[in-house]
Formats: sequence, C-alpha cells, structure tokens
Amino acid sequence: MSIPAQAPGQVAATSPVSKEHALELLRSMLRIRRFEERCVELYSEARIRGFLHLYIGEEAIAAGVMPALQSDDPIVSTYREHGHALARGIPMNAVMAEMFGKVQGCSHGRGGSMHLFDAATRFYGGSAIVGGGLPLAVGVGLGELMQQRHTVTASFFGDGAVAEGEFHECLNLAALWKLPVLFLCENNRYAMGTAIERALANVDVTAKAAAYNIAAEAVDGMDVLAVEDATRRAADAVRNDGPRLIEFHTYRYRAHSMYDPELYRSKEEVERWRDYDPLVTFPAQLRALGYLDDVSLTAIEHEIAVEIDAAIAYADAGTLEPVSDLTRFVYSETRPA
Amino acid sequence: METPVSTAVSTPDARVTVRCTYREAMRAAIREAMHRDPRVFLMGEDVGRYGGSFAVSMGLLAEFGPERIRDTPLSESAFVGAGIGAALVGMRPIVEIMTVNFSLLALDQILNNAATLSHMSGGQFSVPLVIRMTTGAGRQLAAQHSHSLEGWYAHIPGLKVLTPATLEDARGMLWTALEDPDPVLIFENGVLYNMEGDLPDDAGPVEISHAAVRRHGDDLTLITYGGTLPKTLEAAERLAKEDIDCEVIDLRTLRPLDTDAIVTSVSRTTRAVVVDEGWRSGSISAEVSARIVEGAFYRLDSPVLRVCTAEVPIPYAKHLEDAALPQVETIMAAVRQSVASDG
Repeated sequence: MSIPAQAPGQVAATSPVSKEHALELLRSMLRIRRFEERCVELYSEARIRGFLHLYIGEEAIAAGVMPALQSDDPIVSTYREHGHALARGIPMNAVMAEMFGKVQGCSHGRGGSMHLFDAATRFYGGSAIVGGGLPLAVGVGLGELMQQRHTVTASFFGDGAVAEGEFHECLNLAALWKLPVLFLCENNRYAMGTAIERALANVDVTAKAAAYNIAAEAVDGMDVLAVEDATRRAADAVRNDGPRLIEFHTYRYRAHSMYDPELYRSKEEVERWRDYDPLVTFPAQLRALGYLDDVSLTAIEHEIAVEIDAAIAYADAGTLEPVSDLTRFVYSETRPA
Repeated sequence: METPVSTAVSTPDARVTVRCTYREAMRAAIREAMHRDPRVFLMGEDVGRYGGSFAVSMGLLAEFGPERIRDTPLSESAFVGAGIGAALVGMRPIVEIMTVNFSLLALDQILNNAATLSHMSGGQFSVPLVIRMTTGAGRQLAAQHSHSLEGWYAHIPGLKVLTPATLEDARGMLWTALEDPDPVLIFENGVLYNMEGDLPDDAGPVEISHAAVRRHGDDLTLITYGGTLPKTLEAAERLAKEDIDCEVIDLRTLRPLDTDAIVTSVSRTTRAVVVDEGWRSGSISAEVSARIVEGAFYRLDSPVLRVCTAEVPIPYAKHLEDAALPQVETIMAAVRQSVASDG
C-alpha cells in the first residue's frame, strides 16, 4: 500500500485565510478529534454501545466542507458521521446524548452513532447502508429544485459506495436531470477492510463522475483549506449548473469500528499517513503564520474539553425514553405541512 | 373525475355513473391528485412518452408536462430513493414501479429508508410517498413478472400496504394515500386493469384503514384481497346455489390489517377460508389465519383453510400457470371441505 500522489496539505506563507477563520477551522477539527477520543473511552466503559465508526484522520473534510455550505443546504451523510454532525452545528450535547441512547439525543436515542438526524440543521441522517444515502440525496435535490429553493444538497459517501450500483444510478440520474447535488466522496482507501485497489478496477473516482458528464475534482482531504476552497467552488457550480463531485483523498487512522482487529493493513502504513494528519500539519502551518502559539492552542483545547465534559454530563443526566413509547413514530403523529 | 367514456347514465337513485375500467379509474385518481396538489408528481419507467407500461398514465404527459410526469432511467433504487428524498423535503411523489418483481431492486430504499426514517429520526422526518406497482400473475408473464409479494411488504412496520380490488378503490385510494404522512404502497393486480364497471361520476377519495364486506353471508367467511377478489366472489355466488352462504371480506389494506373485521365476521360464521395469490409459507394468509386463531379460536367450527398459489416460480405455460394460482374451483373445494368438517 503506497501513499497516494497527493502531497500533504501546505498552506503557503502568504495564505489569504484570515487568522480568525483559520483558528475556527482548527477548532472544528480538534473538536471532532477530541470528541471521538472521549467516545472511545466511553465505549470502553460500556457507556456507548453498538457500532462506533470513528472519523479520526478525516476531520479536515467535515471541517472544510461545512463552512462552504449555506445553513439551509441539506446534508445526507453516512454511518461515519460524527464529524459531519458536529461541524454542521448539531449541538454536541444532543450528539453525545444520542450515543448514550437517551431521549435527549438528536434522534431520541433511536439511531445511535450511525443515525444522527437533525431537522433544524437539515441533517438527513447517517445512513448505514453503504450507498443507500445517495438516492435519498438525489431525491432531496430533486425536491429542492422542484420547489425552487436554490440549495445544494451535500451527499457524503465513502470509496466503498463507489462499488455499489446506487452510486452509478444516482450519478446518472443527477446528471440527467441536472439536480443540485454535490457528491462528496471521502476516499479513505478502505471499504471496511477491503483496500480500494482490491475493490475497484479503476480507483479514480473522478473518472467515474466524468463518465456521467459530471465535472469532478480530486482534492487532498487532509488539507482543510483545500477542502474548503474546492467545496466552495463546487457548491457555486452546483447552484448554477447541476451536480458536481469531489473526491477527497483521506485516511482513517483508527479501526473501521470497535470490533476491527485491523488485519488488512500494516502499522507502518498507518504511521506513514500520520505525517499527513491535519491536526499535526495544520497547527504547524498556523504557527508558521504566527496565527497560533502554545497559549492559544491550550485555550482552544481547554474550551473543547469543557464542552465535551458538559456534553457527557448532559448525556449522563439524560433520560431514557419510556418503553411505552417504543412504537411512537413508526408512523407519523403529525401530518407534514 | 375525468369522463373516460360517454355512457353516463342516471341510476334510479339519481347517482350518475360512468362506465370505466380499473385502469381508467386509476388514471382519473392520478389526474385528480395532480390537479389538487401542485406538490404531486409522477415518476417511473415509461410513465411519460410511452404512456405507462400498463397504460395507466396514458395522456398525462401531454396534460401535465415533463416536470411532473417524469420518465426515469431503469434505475429502480435511484428513482424510488429519489421519491423518498423528494417526499422528505415537502413534495408528494407518486413513484410507479413496473412490477413487484422489479421493486426488489429498490427494496433497500423502501425498507431501510422509507420505512425507517420517521422512527429512526425520533419523528423529526416523515416520508409522504406513494409507490404504485403491478402485482400478480395470470397473464403468462412467467417467473420474473408475476409474483405477489405484497404480503412481504406488509411485514414491514412503517409502511402501509393497499390492494385496491374494485373500481371505487382504484379511484379513491390514491388521494387518501397521498394525504397520509407515511409511505404507502399500492399494489395493482395486473388482471384487474381491464375490469370494467359503473362508477359514480362523483366517486372520490375512500378511507384506507378498513376491510370491506363485499358479500354478506352466514355460513363461512372467505377472506381475500386484490386480484383474487373477483374469483372469490364468483365462487361465493356459485356456492350459494349449493346452499352455502359465504361472506366475502376484501381486506383492502394489508398493513395495517383490519383484525376486527376478520374476527367479527369469523366469530359469527364460525368458519374461514383465506384466499391469497401469494405463496402459502410466511404469507399474508398465514398472518390472517394466526389472527383468527388469536381472536376467534373458540368460535371456530372447523380449521381455518387456505387457498394460495403453489410454491413454485410462476410458469409460463397457461395450463401450468392456471394450476399454480387460486381458482374459482379450488376456492369452492376449500369451502366445501370446511363446511363438511364439523370440528
């Protein structure tokens, strides 16, 4: 397994990004990283159960994509969506309470880690069927278009989904109908334990988009500024001209889920990718720009730790949904407007 | 509704009726929905230019245009999922799938998304989607176009499953389904499309929660739905000449199942035969039988019997297809067997 050709993210010394925005991006990535690290501990303590798919290593994508979208742009996500949810603005309290299976959770405790939903931020869920969110996203885009809402529907999926028929059906349909959908492929090189080279005859996801007449770009997904820039450009294009696809090259440092012994890749490979860790490279770049020092970094870390502590306390204090409510919402209680 | 034929007549009770087919009643229902609600649109394979693979949507493209009558590529999962997504953000899609066999290509979307999103999101989202599809055998279309899988779908919480078997229901179920906040599947048995009858010209929406008694009788309850309703009614009429007076219940809705109607009738007649074009094992007929046992066991004078499709892929050759399906004669034989049994 080799490191892809993409170079690690580099911020030019003359980067136009403002200090304030750069620190916000760093904070967003760090917040996801620290949140998930605490989730691992909570998992070991059996306070979080079920599947827990960590985003650690991939934070630059969520942190870079979300600021490039509008607040009314719908999001359709995957089961590895803690980062998407937090960066989108679902309160950490509600996300943590969901992990704890509490009724205060963003899905009332019905979804857990893999199924975070939030109507307020138009977050249409983590789908745990690989590729299964794509048709939904295409439909959300269709519905938005038919109602002239001028939004961009962001559809996250991984490289595993690219092998699914739904990926191909959906790219075709979105292009055919010029739907306002932004396809965001988080290519972390593994579909669970299957390396992309072992799954795809052609590993270039942008080439597949091109086959459906969708303009696509490959982007270093470990470089938050590159992610944001590419997303902004692509979202603008989607708003005016139909679907676009971005393939983010990224890497997952942790196991697929908590049950994964990682027999399919070497420790050396994981270590090599550590050099590209956005939470190593980006702070280093910000220090070089004079945007960050030990004091400010400690302050950010502290702020995040306080937020996580509060979220855990909130989730702990949360209540379990009464069993008598078990069958609530199988069918809707109210008619939609 | 549209006036599909010009033979409107005034009946003695002053209701004006029109002669029409099941297909025309369904088309009238789609037209009405499109006129009543701008959020309604129809999409599926060949629903537009072709006019619908079973001609249900013939003429609608010219009337409503390609934005609202959408021909899709052959991508069942994508366009069913697209219906789910569009419904999530406020549209009222009608998705047509050519046959129930093809719907399996979209089963992931139907089960894992449409049926789960409301519950899994804690009630934040709902999917007001209608999916129509053809079901059933009897047209020599062999083993990949002929199955009756509506009972499978009725297994799934979060869905509603309708099986219109009369002109009134073909005309009236769609609008009610579109007003429902949850995903509704409508199964149209292919042999019914050419069924012709008189429909009041003011026919409109009907309720979709209850079974209907299509024939009153005292000796035995026949329970059926969809494509086997006409056969079951014919069997009941012929049995009447043998002095066996059958009640015929049309389930109309397979989920939620109207248990009360079944139990009430069987408690009175004390005998039941379930007629189902699905396969016997794990079928809706099995569910109906179980509910009778749960709710009317001590009222039964004979075992519940079932007339189902033989457990084979539906064959092409007509004599074999006929042999595989419930028929008037096999229904009559089961009734006679039930009545002969004295418990």
